[in-house]
Amino acid sequence: MKNLYTKPSKEEQLKNMNPKKETIQFLLSYSKALCITEYQKMKFDTVLN
Amino acid sequence: MENAKATDASLVKAYIQGNENSLSILISRHQHRIYSFIYSKVFDKDIAEDVFQDTFIKVINTLKRGKYNEEGKFLPWVMRIAHNLVIDHFRRNKRMPMFENNGDFNIFSVLSDGDLDIERQLIKDQIECDVQELIKELPEDQLEVLTMRIYKDMSFKEISERTGVSINTALGRMRYALINLRKIIEKHNLILTN
Repeated sequence: MKNLYTKPSKEEQLKNMNPKKETIQFLLSYSKALCITEYQKMKFDTVLN
Repeated sequence: MENAKATDASLVKAYIQGNENSLSILISRHQHRIYSFIYSKVFDKDIAEDVFQDTFIKVINTLKRGKYNEEGKFLPWVMRIAHNLVIDHFRRNKRMPMFENNGDFNIFSVLSDGDLDIERQLIKDQIECDVQELIKELPEDQLEVLTMRIYKDMSFKEISERTGVSINTALGRMRYALINLRKIIEKHNLILTN
């Protein structure tokens, strides 16, 4: 059986790089939960559950 | 299909107006470039994941607060945020370096409690005894300077005052004491290392 003795190059490793689905899901949920309330000249952040 | 064609600028605008789906499109459109950029700097998937997340948290906060100026440069702007966060990561790590144990390197091979174990302590005591015997073979004036400097921890100024010779003479005697000590050690083939 043919053995591979080389590792993929850094460029090849970078080709299939993507963040985890959980991270994306967290960001989308965070975005939905974040609410900015303006009062006069102030802005308040609220993260709703 | 429409969303796929939409420009970054129009998606950002839609997102600011409350269309959460636009953010999802923006992330999936650019995630690969941003994540690979971060990974190419940090070479650690977990850290790259953290930096990626922090980058988009900043993006979301800025967009929702209405602080983003649309100049048609959404991706360069996000890349700049990621770049700054990578720099922050390295700065933080420089102050508080984190080591991970892996097959090639074990932190405990570098860190130790500094105390000698019993065997090494015995060897050290023996060596110190041997050295004390050896220095007795030195000429009186050299022995005097060496004892004052090493065992009494006196400065050369104090030694010169005590022995009534100049500092240079005291320095010279110390130098000759060490040279002679080395000669004695070589002559007797002694190994004085722990």
